[in-house]
Amino acid sequence: MAADFQTPEFREYPAVPNKLVPDATAHLSPFVAKPDHNEKLGFPGELVDNWHDKAIEKMGDLLGKYRGLQVFLDACVKCGSCTDKCHYFQGTSDPKNMPVARQDLLRSVYRRHFTFAGKYFPKLVGARELDREVLDEWYSYFHQCSQCRRCSVFCPYGIDTAEISMAAREILDTVGYGQKYCNEILGKVQTVGNNLGLPGPALKATMAEFEEEMEDDTGLPIKLPIDVQGADVLLITPSADFFAEPHIDGLMGYAKVFHEAGINWTLSSYAAEAANFSMFIGSYSNMKTVAERIRTAALDLGVKRIMVGECGHAWRVAYSFWNTVAGVGSGAAEDDEYGQKLQKQLDHRYPIPQHICEFTHGLLQEGKLRLDPAANDHRTVTFHDSCNVARASRMGDKPGGQFDIPRALLKAACNNYVDMDPDTIREVTYCCGGGGGLLTDDLMEIRVKGALPRMEALKDVMQNQGVTNMAAICAICKAQFAKVMPYFDIPMDTILSTHQIVGDALVLTGSTQETALDGGDDSSEKTEEAAEATE
Amino acid sequence: MAGLFYAALFYFATAFFVGGLAYKIYKYAKTPAPLKIPTTPAPTTQSGVVARMAREVVFFESLFKGNKWIWLFGWMFHVGLALVLLRHLRYFMDPIPGVIVFIQPFGMYAGFAMAIGLLGLWGRRFFVERIRYISNPSDHLMLALLVAIGGSGLMMKFGAHTDIVAVKNFVLGLMTFSLQPLPTDPLLLIHLALVAVLMIIFPISKLLHAPGVFFSPTRNQVDNPRERRHVAPWAAELDKS
Ligand code: HEM
Ligand code: SF4
Ligand code: SF4
Repeated sequence: MAADFQTPEFREYPAVPNKLVPDATAHLSPFVAKPDHNEKLGFPGELVDNWHDKAIEKMGDLLGKYRGLQVFLDACVKCGSCTDKCHYFQGTSDPKNMPVARQDLLRSVYRRHFTFAGKYFPKLVGARELDREVLDEWYSYFHQCSQCRRCSVFCPYGIDTAEISMAAREILDTVGYGQKYCNEILGKVQTVGNNLGLPGPALKATMAEFEEEMEDDTGLPIKLPIDVQGADVLLITPSADFFAEPHIDGLMGYAKVFHEAGINWTLSSYAAEAANFSMFIGSYSNMKTVAERIRTAALDLGVKRIMVGECGHAWRVAYSFWNTVAGVGSGAAEDDEYGQKLQKQLDHRYPIPQHICEFTHGLLQEGKLRLDPAANDHRTVTFHDSCNVARASRMGDKPGGQFDIPRALLKAACNNYVDMDPDTIREVTYCCGGGGGLLTDDLMEIRVKGALPRMEALKDVMQNQGVTNMAAICAICKAQFAKVMPYFDIPMDTILSTHQIVGDALVLTGSTQETALDGGDDSSEKTEEAAEATE
Repeated sequence: MAGLFYAALFYFATAFFVGGLAYKIYKYAKTPAPLKIPTTPAPTTQSGVVARMAREVVFFESLFKGNKWIWLFGWMFHVGLALVLLRHLRYFMDPIPGVIVFIQPFGMYAGFAMAIGLLGLWGRRFFVERIRYISNPSDHLMLALLVAIGGSGLMMKFGAHTDIVAVKNFVLGLMTFSLQPLPTDPLLLIHLALVAVLMIIFPISKLLHAPGVFFSPTRNQVDNPRERRHVAPWAAELDKS
């Protein structure tokens, strides 16, 4: 692998914390956004002249708007519990990648400008003036945080470094120092409707290809409908599902499930994107603008239910924030006109929004899906909990459903399922290394280094328990793993979509697979009748 | 003379402590949390949240998950501190309630637990590289202050006794605004001065973690964003445009 950095070595005892290597990744900074990218989002095009004053002013503004920020900046006692928990610290040994040290980059300036001790005794409490060097340091290290929240699990006050880095990025944007990757993409989603900038007709052509492929495969006319007025279900999925591997196979998996369930569903070309990078840059107003495309699509198409495909941060935004920023959910107050407008139209017997895994799991429990796990006998599968799903959302009606439901799907769909080291999954799962707006080639070094803990855990089950594949439910995780696995001598096709594995095991009524399984012409006729009956 | 100075000091310290803390708590309470950000898995009911918070405050649950040594020393220190504070109530009350009498002997051992915990935490700041890196001078001074308060207290208990009846009269006098003489043993004067210092820095330092933990949205929010629309006042304005 040609790279101008060293892939980190697997550690003999991953539990032993690193020795510090100061400034190991101080040289890493993502490309800076062009004026055009920034301005589209309402930010100044370039670093403004009075950036110092504007930055401090913005910090004050955010402190008054976000209680979390205010409490987190005050409450840290420097106990050290979080210091060894970040995958970027583990992969780089750079002390500024310790969560509390990352927070301190911002906290030092907070103390200088907003606290008594920092104003009068700056040296004593580690307060610093915001100079150009500090600003650049923010730009560098707040883009070495994937906002995965692993640190917040272990903090006695739940201090969430993700919140701090979102605030820092919002301050940077406000002074015209935005990141190219996030801001460029956000511009596209706001003008075209998806991160790729894929226009409607292109989308339809792509879907037609996939439909053909599925028909060749199963002998059934499985659809990927777009813009169907009056459909029951609107599916919002990350646009990576339309073009990237292994994402596409996941998309086809959803389509098969919908087909088998006989549901009238649709995609929207206006809102063909579940991703909402506004969260990464901490921008409430942009998050609202992007989410409102979904609201508009739902209103226009007149759908009753809204579902979300496999994507980690998108599920966080959908589950935790859609109701707040766009009224996509339930329980708006009587006098909340904005919330009521959409919610009156929706069917509240179902969770809104609903994760595709919740949907498939529900069908499975009702006995509406027939799975043949033997179809996956050539695989031994493990599951990567994506950080935003694990620590910032839920599935089902019980806490922890976000861990159990995808696993239940995989276990129903394959005979060989193994979990990785318990210290690396579920609530304490490690980030893939590419989340939080870091999934860009200009940050390849930090992406590879940050993947270390996950790669170690995966390699372990591959070597000792014969694991062949890792399933995920996040577009970023899938893209990141496909890219970084080769650095660790793991084949890139080890990573799969969860709904691909489900789709492979799904025995569709009337399909060639069903015929092969059940044999005989009689049964296939019967199932054809059954298929007609469900339509 | 000393009595007068200490009386003034304690009135000031108490006013600053109460006023400063009230201001901070008001600020935390008033600042909205516009988004639902509990660290999940999180409770789905309000009573679940109360239980989660109780586990954090009483057992330091998250810290326990994070690091057993910090937990051990930190918990010893805080439980010790809590018992010692309760034990000190005997100087403020007359007659002394039964519970306070009951905990007196435990409070004595608690003093040692507190000191050991503090020294353990302090040791980590010197010997664990990561924690050395994140420590500011103020973090050391805070521990030094608490060790000095605890140390001077223990020395009065087990070494150079002071006239605690007179101390109690002085304290009760403060509470009823009638100045009583204060014994002038150096240890006592040091002990009391340091306590006043601690009260003054409380609302302007990291000791704000004590009220802060209750306001932390990652720990105090109910996990129900799909079921209820949660909108902060400033954010609701955006719905209208
Ligand atoms: C609601 C009440 C409180 C809770 C839940 C709480 C919790 C904690 C926790 C979990 C830690 C981190 C572990 C450790 O370093 O010990 C900590 C640290 C600390 N607490 Fe508290 N605390 C409370 C009240 C207080 C009070 C009243 C004081 C008064 C002096 C105090 C002084 C400290 C100090 C000085 C540290 C830092 C220790 C160090 O430097 O390592 N705490 N607290
Ligand atoms: S949120 Fe994740 S990436 Fe950011 S500091 Fe915490 S552990 Fe590291
Ligand atoms: S665990 Fe929390 S309180 Fe402790 S050092 Fe980290 S951020 Fe600060």
